[in-house]
Amino acid sequence: MVKHEEVNFARNDQSNTTMIPGRFARAMRTNLIWQFIRFVIINLKMLVVVSKSH
Amino acid sequence: MARVVILGGGVSGHTAATFAAKWLGNSHEVVVVTPNAKWNWIPSNIWVGVGQMSKEEVTFDLDPVYKKAGITYKQAKAVSLNPEGSANETQPFVTIEYTGQGKEGESEEVTYDYVINATGPKLNFGATPGLGEGSQLGEHTVSVCTADHAEHASHKLQESIEKMKKGERQKFLIGTGHGMCTCQGAAFEYIFNVEHEIKKAGVRDMADMKWISNESFLGDFGMGGLHMKVGGYVVSSKIFSESLYAERGVDWMVGAHVSKVEAGSIDYELLDGSTGTENFDFAMLIPPFAGVGLKAYGKDGADITATIFAPNGFMKVDANYAAGTYENWKASDWPRTYQNPSYSNMFACGIAFAPPHIISKPMSSPNGTPINPTPPRTGMPSGIIGKAVAHSVCDLITKGEGAHLHEASMAEMGAACVASAGKGLTTGTAAAMTVFPVVPDFEKYPGTGRDTDYTFGEIGLAGHWIKHILHHLFMYKAQLKPGWTLVPE
Ligand SMILES: Cc1cc2nc3c(=O)[nH]c(=O)nc-3n(C[C@H](O)[C@H](O)[C@H](O)COP(=O)(O)OP(=O)(O)OC[C@H]3O[C@@H](n4cnc5c(N)ncnc54)[C@H](O)[C@@H]3O)c2cc1C
Repeated sequence: MVKHEEVNFARNDQSNTTMIPGRFARAMRTNLIWQFIRFVIINLKMLVVVSKSH
Repeated sequence: MARVVILGGGVSGHTAATFAAKWLGNSHEVVVVTPNAKWNWIPSNIWVGVGQMSKEEVTFDLDPVYKKAGITYKQAKAVSLNPEGSANETQPFVTIEYTGQGKEGESEEVTYDYVINATGPKLNFGATPGLGEGSQLGEHTVSVCTADHAEHASHKLQESIEKMKKGERQKFLIGTGHGMCTCQGAAFEYIFNVEHEIKKAGVRDMADMKWISNESFLGDFGMGGLHMKVGGYVVSSKIFSESLYAERGVDWMVGAHVSKVEAGSIDYELLDGSTGTENFDFAMLIPPFAGVGLKAYGKDGADITATIFAPNGFMKVDANYAAGTYENWKASDWPRTYQNPSYSNMFACGIAFAPPHIISKPMSSPNGTPINPTPPRTGMPSGIIGKAVAHSVCDLITKGEGAHLHEASMAEMGAACVASAGKGLTTGTAAAMTVFPVVPDFEKYPGTGRDTDYTFGEIGLAGHWIKHILHHLFMYKAQLKPGWTLVPE
């Protein structure tokens, strides 16, 4: 059976040469605990970029 | 008492005006000339464009805010500058034409000691036949550049969704409407929001989606692309972007100059010189940007527009406009103080300043058609530059002509961008990105031109939360609510 992430590779040559996230990577994108951790980290990183820019 | 006149009350001008008023207090006058009655948090227009926010949620009335700040507000558009005055006026002045406050159509000469040009872009629909010149809204296509445009886009999108629900296939074409456009990031965010809405409506299988853009590769973003830290790798934005499109089943056409728009189709020319036609049922194409067309006159009435403004209508500042060809471009070509080289009491900030050159590699088709993105000047740089310019002007007023000018080079500052895909707090995934610096500096960062510790991209729900927070923080800050100065630009 074709996995969800494999369907779009077959659409055309453009899509065939890219990378498409699998089930685990997709799940982590909406996993509330993991995303909360990432939220804190991304905010801290953005604050560093903001402070380096002023 | 000195008078500072700020032309344009958008992201950059509003930042400059509010800080100037705070720093100068009552001893000097700050005047804002801007044609709209409302301020608009433009990044959230994307959500208006898919019906997830109303126009009212992304705008507020300027009048009470300027009253509170002690700023003189003239709802008018600037028409011309007389930096040396005129035969009848010894002071420099700007000629304005009212668009509101019961004085519509009336002209006035507003004298100034310092002027800050923050008039942003003219949405140059006229550059592509059929794109929407005249209507200023989009003719056969839609735009999301203003809250009104976005509302119009949302209605058209709903019509297409209804058609798909009735079994009619729809072709969506989203991207840039000319070979010299900028603002790819906004179109990029919009296409993923549209895809999300269509999926939510249960009709994704009825939609064919295509991206069309003047970038020579996907993920150029007008910055020549970027290399970012993603999942432990340093990855080109080309790979990052292609993955997003492929995952969502969106096709793409790059290196494209849209040469004509008609009902249901566009004509295009590609970087290889070939031409073609693409059909659509729904199209959102960003128009190219130009300066707003301010004129300038000498004391004797002679037209000196070309001395002050570049041919694209943006104001000349302390940039190196003689950098020559791509191989010679340097980070140091980019302006630092945004002071006009001819008149030291004139500054420009945000999109209104003339960049020294583009950032992406210049490209044109064998037919000589330039097809390359022009440089983005996004919200964060526009805000930071507006604040730095206001600081310089305030110091010139309070400390005298010799005061040190504040600097804010785009080659030394970063930008943070969140491209949402939906608005939900538990669904949808945004791409959160930062880039440092905006203009690559290959002398300082020989590998990729940027600091890969501070240039990163990540996809996930956290980006959505950040986008929501940014919306509320910037609407709060712009309304000068308690503690507004603590919110960084
Ligand atoms: C749909 C969309 C989404 C975006 N999303 C993001 C994002 O997520 N993140 C980000 O960082 N940036 C984003 N941007 C870019 C950001 O909005 C701009 O960088 C920013 O608005 C530029 O600020 P500005 O003050 O130079 O121009 P503007 O904000 O456009 O302000 C210019 C002002 O000048 C006024 N004006 C025009 N003509 C005259 C005249 N003749 N006289 C006086 N006033 C005049 C205009 O009415 C306006 O109020 C987005 C842009 C768009 C279009």
